Amino acid sequence: MPGWITNYVNDPRQLTPGQYGSPFWALVYILVVFGGVSLAVVCMNWLERKILAHMQVRLGPMRVGPHGLLQPIADALKLILKEDIVPEGADSFVFLLAPVIILLAVFSVYCVIPFGPTHAITDMNIGILFMLGVSSLGVLGIVMAGWASNSHYPLIGALRSSAQMVSYEIAMGLAVVSAVLMTSLNDSGTGTLSMIDIVKAQNEQHIWFVFKFFPLGLIAFFIFAVAMVAETNRAPFDLPEAESELTAGFHTEYSGLRWSLFMLGEYAAMIAVSSIAITLWLGGWMRPFPNALSGPTWALAFSLFPALTFFGLAGMTFYSTMRMPKHTFFRIQTMGLGAFGAVLALVGLILLIPPVRDRVQDVYWFVAKIAVFLYLYIWYRGTFPRYRFDQLMKVGWKVLLPMGIGVLMLTGIVGLRTEIWGFLQRLVHV
Amino acid sequence: MLSGIAILSGVLVITRKNPVHSALALILTLLCVAGLYLMLYAPFVAGVQIILYVGGIMVLFLFVIMLVNLERSEKEKQFNQQWLPGILAALGLGALFVSIYVKGKAAFPMPPPSAVETENTQRVGQVLYSNYMFPFEIASLLLLVAIIGAVVMAKKRI
Repeated sequence: MPGWITNYVNDPRQLTPGQYGSPFWALVYILVVFGGVSLAVVCMNWLERKILAHMQVRLGPMRVGPHGLLQPIADALKLILKEDIVPEGADSFVFLLAPVIILLAVFSVYCVIPFGPTHAITDMNIGILFMLGVSSLGVLGIVMAGWASNSHYPLIGALRSSAQMVSYEIAMGLAVVSAVLMTSLNDSGTGTLSMIDIVKAQNEQHIWFVFKFFPLGLIAFFIFAVAMVAETNRAPFDLPEAESELTAGFHTEYSGLRWSLFMLGEYAAMIAVSSIAITLWLGGWMRPFPNALSGPTWALAFSLFPALTFFGLAGMTFYSTMRMPKHTFFRIQTMGLGAFGAVLALVGLILLIPPVRDRVQDVYWFVAKIAVFLYLYIWYRGTFPRYRFDQLMKVGWKVLLPMGIGVLMLTGIVGLRTEIWGFLQRLVHV
Repeated sequence: MLSGIAILSGVLVITRKNPVHSALALILTLLCVAGLYLMLYAPFVAGVQIILYVGGIMVLFLFVIMLVNLERSEKEKQFNQQWLPGILAALGLGALFVSIYVKGKAAFPMPPPSAVETENTQRVGQVLYSNYMFPFEIASLLLLVAIIGAVVMAKKRI
């Protein structure tokens, strides 16, 4: 193996590419993350339609591939081949720039997401601040998209969407600050804004922040969970892009590939804010119970989870292969599904090899938690009715904001309770 | 290079006819200023600049620009009837720049900040809540007054 690869991979200091100072490895990480996110968006497309369909007691796409597995590819082809329309009175520079700005804002967040203790593209010491700031750049893109379309439905949709996003950013910020407060309770006495250090603080304090100072961590997590759904304009807060209300809102006038850029931005934003929530409250890349159930046997048991997940998926695929109709029309689909199951089983087998198994742990647990969050997103979409816009703003300002302030103050008070108690005792004794 | 882009987009802010283009150029200027803060080993200030200025204030600007009907003003001929006070003000500002440049570091008697960027957030927090507590409270009171004023002006009935 060339020296530069082994030097970086086997470096005992275990650094991120940003700390190691190597733009090549940063580029490798960026490409891997970008590829992973694109793959995740494609899977999300299929999963959303299938899961929503099953929640609504119907089947979802079944025609395109076996069980609709090739549906995202068909969608992508259709969107690429569609005519690219720029509306007549539209400000073409701003119109073309808007999806680019949204994608820039969303993908810049991925620079600081920690997939493992060293698996971040770079670990800024203002990681959380950077993420909050950059995700507020996405609002600009939406405003520009609505304005540049030169038609009133997108304009109203953009105004509503940006008002909603700005309102819920405040609640998000308060919840984030209360989580950052909890990081200052570790041994060194200072808190941190860096994403990797927040997860390490959870590791040191032996508790996921969602369970800390029960129920304060839980309430802060709940505030963030609601605010992040509103930030990404997803159900039940999707009035700005609801089809029956505003004919798709701010991206009405975008067709073909540009619209797919918006969808890519929306799914990528979902994954990005989910990973913020996971890093802050749910322990990032740590497996469940890293300290309570420690020891080589437990470590081995938990390290088999990735392989078991893929074996489970392969098993389900083989089961549905058995249940395919026995008609010559379905022969190719059955073979395709069987091949897909074989690929999943092969990936599971690869994940059983000890070197791969040890290195993939952190990334696997992080991605598993993201998957849970994305399932929750789809579940919300299938369950809750849409908020009307004034109800939405009322929830953002009159419910979440006071709750956020209260949680912040209570977290501060509870965190400092020993100091406050000592201060009060000195006051009484004097 | 960052400062060059900042200056260029600053010029674009005042020369574009379309106010949305001006706002976008202002966003670019503010992002370049945030980059300059980063280069001065102040990552906290850079992050807060992006969150508040670009993510808050510029969004507000764009809101207002979108809500106001601007097509009529775009077709107006651009005029400049206040060129004399403008030139005097620009000369005054230029004299200020030249004097600071000539004086160099002697113009700023405070010691230079420590060039360790890991400490910026902690030091800002420590100084803000100990030495500058009173201005901090005054600033928050100012913002409260602004909010109350805006609500009073916007409500139909008090």
